Amino acid sequence: MSLPCGVFAQSYAQDMGALRTKTQWLMLLAFLVFLAACPLFFSDRVLTIMTIIGITVVSVHGLNILTGYCGQISIGHAGFMAVGAYTSGILTAKAGMPFWVALPCAALAAGVVGLIFGLPSLKIKGFYLIMATIAAQFIIVWLIIQLRSITGGPDGLSVPRPEIGSFVFKSKASYFYLVMVIACLATFLAQNIVRTRAGRAFVAIRDNDLAAEVMGINLWAYKLLAFFIGCVYAGVAGSLLVHYFAFACLDQFPFMNSVWYLGMLIVGGMGSIPGAIFGSVSLKLLDELVTIVGPVLSTIVAAQAAASLALISRGVVIMLFLIFEPRGLAHRWERIKAYYRLWPFSH
Amino acid sequence: MTFFLQLVITGFALGMVYALIAIGFVIILKCSEAFNIAQGHFVMIGGYLGFTFLVTFGLPIWASLAAAIAVAIVMGLLIERLALRPLVGQPVLAVVMMTVALSTVLEGLATLIWGGEYKTYHGVLPTINLRLGELSIPSETTIAMIVSVVAVAGLMLLFRYTKMGLAMRATADDEQVVQSVGIRVTSVYALSWGIASVLGVVGGILLGGISGVMIPLSQVGIKAFAVVLLGGVNSVGGAIVAGIILGILENVAAGYLDPLLPGGGLASVFPFIVMIVVLIFRPYGLFGLERIERI
Repeated sequence: MSLPCGVFAQSYAQDMGALRTKTQWLMLLAFLVFLAACPLFFSDRVLTIMTIIGITVVSVHGLNILTGYCGQISIGHAGFMAVGAYTSGILTAKAGMPFWVALPCAALAAGVVGLIFGLPSLKIKGFYLIMATIAAQFIIVWLIIQLRSITGGPDGLSVPRPEIGSFVFKSKASYFYLVMVIACLATFLAQNIVRTRAGRAFVAIRDNDLAAEVMGINLWAYKLLAFFIGCVYAGVAGSLLVHYFAFACLDQFPFMNSVWYLGMLIVGGMGSIPGAIFGSVSLKLLDELVTIVGPVLSTIVAAQAAASLALISRGVVIMLFLIFEPRGLAHRWERIKAYYRLWPFSH
Repeated sequence: MTFFLQLVITGFALGMVYALIAIGFVIILKCSEAFNIAQGHFVMIGGYLGFTFLVTFGLPIWASLAAAIAVAIVMGLLIERLALRPLVGQPVLAVVMMTVALSTVLEGLATLIWGGEYKTYHGVLPTINLRLGELSIPSETTIAMIVSVVAVAGLMLLFRYTKMGLAMRATADDEQVVQSVGIRVTSVYALSWGIASVLGVVGGILLGGISGVMIPLSQVGIKAFAVVLLGGVNSVGGAIVAGIILGILENVAAGYLDPLLPGGGLASVFPFIVMIVVLIFRPYGLFGLERIERI
């Protein structure tokens, strides 16, 4: 259904290919060229939005592998991002390391913290795991406040912009390129991780953990691996975020964001790589819409309308998708494609 | 020693309120197997409703309580019908995300209606001063204790002696059998949401009387989750015992340890530490049913 008529696979490798037709290659190429050309004709404001979307995409890919593919629900993703963000911030600002060393360290630190909080996942699932990850979010934030001497606590921490030699990623355009390269790499890796042995084990665990164990999948190892990979993505995203703002503070990683990332997955489509991208792009754009509409409403209705609109719009979007489109935009997109391919016939 | 006893007594009253909120959570969970993340937001709404009826409208306490309960019932039934009914049979994540979305919507509505400001109605509640030796028991604490005990007793009677209570207990036991004997499961779901909403709102009025109302009051729901996990998710009695334990522990720990820690705020993470410890060592809680799953 997802391929046009007349595309045949002659080997397993071909059948598993992510890109199958010349049109798909062409579209990918066109998209990359479009991304590369963005700074030429977009204003700084649009570039900022796109950079933030790119960072969100990285983070949501991680959550998608953990929740969408492995079925381990985490409402603590922003907390894991904070671990990566502060690791990278402290290493660059206090220890004077270059960004390029701090970024992998941040990813690793977030991954290890994710492993620690993933430990209960063998014994518990469903709601209990949700509670454990919510607890992770709040405990991480509390620890960051407690370690005020190195993290800056509530005052925040200034971090330098990344640099190569004498070139500093100071302009919006340069940072946009940096984020987009990493976001594309992250997407490429995510698409390939879910097709490996580990990725198929994740799906088996998500669909039925007992059956997976009977098939010989080591539940514990693969659940922990999913936590590690998901949190590594979160760490990279967190690091990119604080270096973009050149400042790290706890307001960048509120509990609400953890919920919102899951909302992105639901809107985009769980367990689908394009879904993660659809979800983060559409919901970030919704946020932007709210920041434009909000102040207008504030002047008409009441001063607090902007704040409440932001909350209500987020909640209502998630609710509507859960009721009317539980498989997300990715599923709808496939349906639309199939419809146009077959038009004017119905089958 | 007086300091310690004082902490224990205020902790006990607080724990009773936590138990009240947690029972609402347990009732929904037992009847419809839905985890209600928005329970804490019922509490916040309850606090604001208390403010509206007691201060803005100037109603007497009994009328305010009745009005708030009426609003709570309508809210609970509406939420069940509009948001949760379409999700019957969906996976855990869908239901949980629905209640999470619900909590953001409730927060947004509270911001819109009450402006998200700090409201307090300290002097409005009746005053009952009690002294036990050297200990003075604050009036709000006494009221919280009395109302919680009455509410819990009322629920116990409802479950034991009414037909609807019997239907609810039966639904908690086995949904399909209940349907086959002609009980409408959907109305049991609706009732459970109504009761949970009322319990949350009553808890909110009590907590609002103790420390005032603002949006972050909804985080008390997280304490209720810790209570629920500690007591065992499907045990009403466990929720009461665990509520009291957590209330006392939290108050005592905060009273003694907060001066030692530079950042303070131990009371706010305490429930999470309890949660993680319970989840690692005894996931089914003190009184919960142990679900054995072996191959």
